[in-house]
Amino acid sequence: MSSTTPPALRRTPLYDRHVAAGAKLVDFAGWEMPVQYEGVRPEHMAVRKTCGMFDVSHMGEIETSGPGALELLQCLLSNDVAKIAPDGAQYSVLCREDGGVLDDLFTYRLDAERYLTVTNASNHERDLAWFERHAQAVDGVQVQDAIDAWAMLAVQGPLAREIVQAISDAPLPARMRAEMRRLAGVEVLVCGTGYTGEDGVELLCAPEYAPALWDEIVRRGGVPAGLGARDTLRLEVCFHLYGNDLSVDRGPIEAGLGWCCKEDTDFIGADAVRAVRERGPAEKLVAFALEGPGIARQGNPISGGGEVTSGTLSPCLGIGIGMAYVPAGHAAVGTQLEIDVRGKMRPAVVKDKPLYRKGS
Amino acid sequence: MSQTSYPLDLLYHPEHDWARIAEDDAEHAVLGITWYAQDALGEVVFFDPPAVGTTLVKDSSYAEVESVKAVSDVVAPLSGEIVEVNEALADNPAMINEDPYGEGWLVKIRLSDSSERDALMDVATYTATLAG
Repeated sequence: MSSTTPPALRRTPLYDRHVAAGAKLVDFAGWEMPVQYEGVRPEHMAVRKTCGMFDVSHMGEIETSGPGALELLQCLLSNDVAKIAPDGAQYSVLCREDGGVLDDLFTYRLDAERYLTVTNASNHERDLAWFERHAQAVDGVQVQDAIDAWAMLAVQGPLAREIVQAISDAPLPARMRAEMRRLAGVEVLVCGTGYTGEDGVELLCAPEYAPALWDEIVRRGGVPAGLGARDTLRLEVCFHLYGNDLSVDRGPIEAGLGWCCKEDTDFIGADAVRAVRERGPAEKLVAFALEGPGIARQGNPISGGGEVTSGTLSPCLGIGIGMAYVPAGHAAVGTQLEIDVRGKMRPAVVKDKPLYRKGS
Repeated sequence: MSQTSYPLDLLYHPEHDWARIAEDDAEHAVLGITWYAQDALGEVVFFDPPAVGTTLVKDSSYAEVESVKAVSDVVAPLSGEIVEVNEALADNPAMINEDPYGEGWLVKIRLSDSSERDALMDVATYTATLAG
């Protein structure tokens, strides 16, 4: 049997909540996800000023456990996994042998020999296959696809902790810590992490409990926010988006992620990363702002070489902003760029990262 | 955001553009995008108007409107030459969302072929395409 019908989109346990809230739903990496409810701008401002809540249950999870877990993760992840304390969290990239970036990931240490790694939805299957393949060479390690075991909510903004604290049975874990709590009677892994540049938490729980948790946080002032606002928020603070600013065609040093690469741990790709770090990258990922009207977008070429990988209108700054790979000689803050925005040359300038600072 | 509406007095193009030709002035048309187009786009944050004097060719793109997330071509429902652009949109492009048939108009053109209007749809025909 063959069929031309596209595969059905996957839905998160919060799908009904999104429909009821009037969300505009789009296909995102095979998932039917809310891109916005009321509008990107009000949702963006809710996260900056009060508290927004995102359904990010499309993100994947891989659980690595057993006495060999640390050895496997140290070999796969670019950061020094031995530095993750119990209940700790760490950001890293997953590299190929040539240093090309397969994904960027948060890893939480749930127990002495048990780690949970959160993947990007678009990369989950590839990451899982990569983990499983390399696990064969390590004794005493189990790699388990945990994508169906977890729903994930990101509660972000200056009031986010206060709202979640009010329904928690114990003080919330600090930034870059992840601990189990009971929230409104539900067992939740509460992580002091996020993707918006604001304070807040990310909540992982069993899918069947996610709707009640969502409702409780909405009732207490969490504003549902879609993937559109998630993108503008992360770009204002210059967090990377896989598929835009990260890909297998470029390495972590080019992307400005050398800080999370510890070549001495001998992770896959360490030799390639070390070589680029020592000789200096040919291109660098910079943040830019347009100096006049217009909005640069992914794929717009830059005079003298390079390309825009992310671009939008910044709701907080009111100007076109973005990130771009440019030749290393054009990467200094203050360098003037000319971006070809669909045939119009638009002046821009390389800016410090982040483009927006919390509370400014 | 405005309520769904499709005025009776407009001519509609399948690319979700409208043209208004006044009864007492068959030489000119005011152009804009429909409620459906602005709703699909989301909040408009940038409109880059073409210059007065620019020639429009029916069914070809003559301008771009942008939301935070996306850029969208605006297609000319009729051919002609731009005699006026809505300068107010430079400071307040969200008027395209709030009042797509009024304050959110885009350009006024002098028509170069008055017979082209016969190819456009009336409101009933256009709204039927949206239902499909």
